[in-house]
Amino acid sequence: MIVLSKEKLSIQKEQDVVLFRNRIKELATKIGMSLVNQTKLITAASELVRNMLRYGGGGITHLEIVSKNSIPGVRLVFADEGPGIKDVTLAMKDGYSTGKSLGLGLPGAKRLVNEFDIKSEPGKGTTVTIIRWKNGL
Amino acid sequence: MERIPILKMGPFLLVTIQVDLYDRLALTLENDLINMVSKTEAKGVLIDISAVSIVDSFMGRILGNIASMSKIMDAATVVVGMQPAVAITLVELGLTLAGVHTALDVEQGMELLRNKIGQIDTDEEGLYDSFI
Amino acid sequence: MNKESAAALKGKKKQILDTWMSNQTKDAALRDDLMSVAELQQQSEEFLNSLLKAFASSQAENPDSAGYEPIHDILSEISISRARQGFSPRETSAYILSLKEVLSQMLEERYKEDTTVLYREIISMNKIMDSLSLVTTETYIKGREEVILRQTSEMSEISTPVIRVWEGILALPIIGTLDSARTQVVMEALLEEIVATGSRIAILDISGVPTVDSLVAQHLIKTVSAARLMGAECIISGIRAEIAQTIVHLGIDLTNIYTKATLASALKMSFSMLNIQVSKAAQNGQIGSKQNFGF
Ligand SMILES: Nc1ncnc2c1ncn2[C@@H]1O[C@H](COP(=O)(O)OP(=O)(O)O)[C@@H](O)[C@H]1O
Ligand SMILES: [Mg+2]
Repeated sequence: MIVLSKEKLSIQKEQDVVLFRNRIKELATKIGMSLVNQTKLITAASELVRNMLRYGGGGITHLEIVSKNSIPGVRLVFADEGPGIKDVTLAMKDGYSTGKSLGLGLPGAKRLVNEFDIKSEPGKGTTVTIIRWKNGL
Repeated sequence: MERIPILKMGPFLLVTIQVDLYDRLALTLENDLINMVSKTEAKGVLIDISAVSIVDSFMGRILGNIASMSKIMDAATVVVGMQPAVAITLVELGLTLAGVHTALDVEQGMELLRNKIGQIDTDEEGLYDSFI
Repeated sequence: MNKESAAALKGKKKQILDTWMSNQTKDAALRDDLMSVAELQQQSEEFLNSLLKAFASSQAENPDSAGYEPIHDILSEISISRARQGFSPRETSAYILSLKEVLSQMLEERYKEDTTVLYREIISMNKIMDSLSLVTTETYIKGREEVILRQTSEMSEISTPVIRVWEGILALPIIGTLDSARTQVVMEALLEEIVATGSRIAILDISGVPTVDSLVAQHLIKTVSAARLMGAECIISGIRAEIAQTIVHLGIDLTNIYTKATLASALKMSFSMLNIQVSKAAQNGQIGSKQNFGF
């Protein structure tokens, strides 16, 4: 896999999210991703960026166009230095929430993308990486 | 502060969401709508989301909340015009919007609401009859 | 390539990159539809870094050694993507050839006092770059082949028409094997058509589908759920005995979904859902309908 372009966006408040979503849309459009796949990607990103703001106290997002076997895709990294997640397996379960919400953000985001990776260390922070390929199912 | 306008049409309230909502705006809408339902004693709430390109779990929850709260106040909620890409994504996300009625467009949504009111009226008549 | 050349080139990295970039962008053939100049710059820098590292390795003269692996990766990506975008082979190989030119200039400068070494080093560098150029050409051809293959398969793909059978009712007769990719395409088309026509009911007729596996069944169920969110209802018709058996054996739950044995009974059900009454006219036996939906 190679990286064709990369940029960073800091997310500290809710208004930053609007810009962030628009930028993902631009990247996805650029590589010719279908509307349905774009919608899935942006929705997953919306979930993860909300978690970052709400539980992680804000953080940095990386937006990249990548290419594997010449199939382009969008890779997004969400990195915060918040409290971290004690039990990641539990957090990945449908319906689990410490925030009295639906608990669909993490598991739902995973279903909406082609590749999903989460690393979290209590006291250090959380990093989630997702990729959606242009034509991925 | 930015707000989404709510229109009163006879016994119904109509909201057309023209922008992609961020969380606070959605919460304000929930608040405003419920207050309006209570103030106007509306029988139905119609939310047009045909211009919305992203509905995530937060926004989905707000729609569900509006429906549940309206129901307690005797009003039905119809969400109309959801785009196919949004619907496909919501299904994958795991949200079914139980308790929310849906229709393809405002017209069909209105028809559905009218039928609902009709149903309630006849139901109540029936109830009344059996009490006599 | 000796250590000295590798070090010399490394020292001139910035200059090499700048000249190479200006050579590349000077070439009018380079279209920046997929890649902006900034991206090309970034990619070229990455490529140059890897190449200079490989030059400095003990296996510098062997383009098949491990040090050259990342270089092959980047090259393949560039060539295939250029092939897909319709760049010519010349435009594609220009990437390496324009770099080779710059590297030659640098070596000439370094060894202007010593032509014997210069000669040896240039030959060595040329050998490496030519072999990389071959990689470009090979993957370019592979990329073109893929394009042709894809075009052929797109042509042979059976289209699945969405039919408007009645005001407010769509039918989608699915014929042939359903794999996940096709199911997805077909289902998206159906949902689009529901919006375009404002149809409240869609009949998915699967009598022409030989088998249904659990993935395809999942797609069908998801489509029904998505249609509901949009405000439309689906009926699945044409479920043959074998398919009914498979569905039950796979433990797929269709209890929340309307199913009918035939397209005709699905249509009948749609009529009653939409409160449409269709009847034969009493006198002359012509078909008519009470709601003026007649023929
Ligand atoms: N970036 C994060 N930092 C710390 N905790 C997190 C983070 N993201 C998610 N979590 C934890 O994982 C839980 C599940 O997250 P999610 O699936 O998005 O559901 P929800 O946001 O509705 O709670 C959250 O309630 C929270 O406890
Ligand atoms: Mg969440």
